Amino acid sequence: MSAPVGQQGSGSGSPAIDIRAVSKSYVRGQQTVPVLKDVSFHISPGEFVALMGPSGSGKSTLLNLIAGIDHVDAGTILVGDTDITTLNESALARWRSRSIGFIFQFYNLIPVLTALENVELPLLLTPLSARERREHATAALALVGLADRMDHRPSELSGGQQQRTAIARAIVTDPDILVADEPTGDLDRVSAGEILDLMAGLNKSLGKTIVMVTHDPRAAERAHLVRSLEKGLLIDSDPADQKDHADPALHP
Amino acid sequence: MALLASYSLRNLLARRMTTALTAGGMALVVFVFAAALMLAEGLRSTLVQTGSSGNALVLRKGSKSEIESVVDRNAAALVETSAEIAKAGDGAALAAREVVVLINLAKRGTGEASNVLLRGIGEKSLALRPQVRMVAGRMPRFGSSEICAGEGVARRFKGAGLGETLRFGMREWTVVGIFDAGATGFSSEIWGDADQFMSAFRRGAYTLVLVKLAREDGLAAFRQSLEADPRLQLDVKAESAFYAEQSEMMAKFLRILGMSLTAIFSIGAMIGAMITMHAAVAGRTGEIGTLRALGFPRRSILWAFVLEALLLGLLGGAVGLAAASGLQFFTISTMNFQTFAELAFGFALTPGIGLLSLGFGMGMGLLGGFIPALRAARIKIVDALRAA
Repeated sequence: MSAPVGQQGSGSGSPAIDIRAVSKSYVRGQQTVPVLKDVSFHISPGEFVALMGPSGSGKSTLLNLIAGIDHVDAGTILVGDTDITTLNESALARWRSRSIGFIFQFYNLIPVLTALENVELPLLLTPLSARERREHATAALALVGLADRMDHRPSELSGGQQQRTAIARAIVTDPDILVADEPTGDLDRVSAGEILDLMAGLNKSLGKTIVMVTHDPRAAERAHLVRSLEKGLLIDSDPADQKDHADPALHP
Repeated sequence: MALLASYSLRNLLARRMTTALTAGGMALVVFVFAAALMLAEGLRSTLVQTGSSGNALVLRKGSKSEIESVVDRNAAALVETSAEIAKAGDGAALAAREVVVLINLAKRGTGEASNVLLRGIGEKSLALRPQVRMVAGRMPRFGSSEICAGEGVARRFKGAGLGETLRFGMREWTVVGIFDAGATGFSSEIWGDADQFMSAFRRGAYTLVLVKLAREDGLAAFRQSLEADPRLQLDVKAESAFYAEQSEMMAKFLRILGMSLTAIFSIGAMIGAMITMHAAVAGRTGEIGTLRALGFPRRSILWAFVLEALLLGLLGGAVGLAAASGLQFFTISTMNFQTFAELAFGFALTPGIGLLSLGFGMGMGLLGGFIPALRAARIKIVDALRAA
C-alpha cells in the first residue's frame, strides 16, 4: 500500500478523477443555498489543477468532495474505478487514508506532537511496524528538506517549515492525489514560492495528481490547468491559461 | 497506537492548569471514597485480629454480643470438663471464665463520658490471648482490687494510667499494669479478676467461657459435645469469627455513609471532568477534523478522548489515594454500636481498596468524558476543519 516515499516512478499508476454532474447545497436556517450546480469535469492522472474563483464560488466545496470529506447531493465522483459517492463513512475514511494527501492553508499540524510524529500520524492507519513508520516519516521529512527539524514541535517551526511538514505528512503514505486548500494563503512570498516549487516537484518527479484551491495568481501559474468557478458553476477558462504540458509523463 | 495514547497524554500535559484542577476535584472525591473504605476495613481488621484461631467462645444461646451473654457457674464448670478442650501443663483445661461489664469513664482533656469495657479474666485468660503483652507495670493479682488497662484506654481516660485509681462498682481500683494488644479490640479494655468484678457488680454469673481447642479444627466436635448435654443452652463460636461479626454493622454503616457521600461528591467531580473534556473537544475541533480527514475513523477519535478522560481520572484517583494512604498514621476512637464500648481503630489500606479507588477515579473520568468524546467523534469533518 505504501512504498517508501520517493521510490515510486511516474504518475502512470495515478487514477483519473471524473466529476459528473455534481450538485451540492447547504441549508442555512430556512434557506437552501446551492453551492455547486451540475458541475462536470475531468482531471487526468498526474495533472496539476488549480481551482480559482471568488469566495463562495464553491471551489472549496468541490475540493472537499473530491477529497471525500463531504458528500454530494447529486452526481458521481469517480476516482479511478471507485465511485467515492457510494462509499460509506468508514470505507471513505479508509479510501482517504490510502488515496488522498491533504495540504491545508493553516497547516493543521497537531501542536502537541513533533514534526516527525505529525508526519508519522497517517501511517498509524497502515499495517507498518513502528520502525517502518519512523523510517518512512524520516524519509518524507528529508524529502521536504526538514531532516534537521524532526524533533521540533509545530510552534518551534516557521510557517514555511510547518507547511513543509504538512506536505511531508500528505505524501508519507504515498497517495496518488494531493488536495491543497490555499496552501500559500498564510505564507510570505518567499516561503510561498518554496512551497509551490516543492509541490510542482512532487507533481513532476513523483507524478502526484494535485488539485489546489487558490486565490493567488502566482500559485495558479504553476498549475497545468486552471479551472474557475463562479456561483457554483464551472466557467470556461481562457484557453491561454491552459498549459500544454498537461501530462507530465510526457515531460519527465 | 502508542502514538495516539501519547497524543492523549500530551494534551493533558499541555493544559497543565485545567488538568491539575479537574484531577484535584476528582482526587478529593477519591480521597473520601478511599478513606471510608479504609476506615471500615480498619474496624474489621481490628476486630478480626481480636480473636485467636483455635480459640472458641461459649456464650448463652442466641447472644450476638458479649453484653447479652450469661453463663452461670454450673454451666461454666460443665463446659470445662469437655474433652475437646486443650490441657495446660498442669493438666487443667485451658479455659477461662470471663465477665464483661460496661462502665462509664471520663475522657482526659474534655471530661466527656464514654463507655469502656471491663473484662474480668480468669487465670488462663492471658495464656489464651498471646497477642496481649504487658508493656508497663505487672499483671493484677487475683483476689485483689488491682486492674490493668489497655494502652488506648490508659491514654484516653482519666484515672486509667499506671499507678492511678479508678472508682467503679463502689470500690477503688488501682491500675498496676498497662498492656498492649496491638490493633485489637482488647487495647480498648480494662482487665481485672473476674471474681472481684462479679462481687463488685453483684453478678451471679459469668459472661462467657473462653477455651483453647485441643485441635485447631475441633470447633464442630466441641459444639456437638455441648449440644449433647441437655443441661446446657449455649452457643459455641470461633473467637475470631465472633469478633469479626461485632464489626459488621458498624463497618456497613461506615461504608454506606462513605459511599453516599462520595456518590454525591462524584457527581460534582464528573461535571467538572465533563466541562474540562467539553472544553478540550471545543479547543481541538480543528485537530479532530484534521485527524478525520487523514482517515482516522470516528472510533479512533472517540478512543483518544475517552483515553484522555480516563488518564485524567486515573491521575485524580492516584492523587486521592496517595493522600488517603497518609491516613494510616491516624487512629480513630469511637463507639462501636454493637458492643456499646469505645473502640480504637485505624485506617487500613489494602490492595483491593487501592485498586477500587483508582477504578473509581477512572470511572468518574469515563462517565464525565464519554459524552464530550462522543461529540468529538460525531463532528462533521468539513465543519471541524472550518473551525481550525
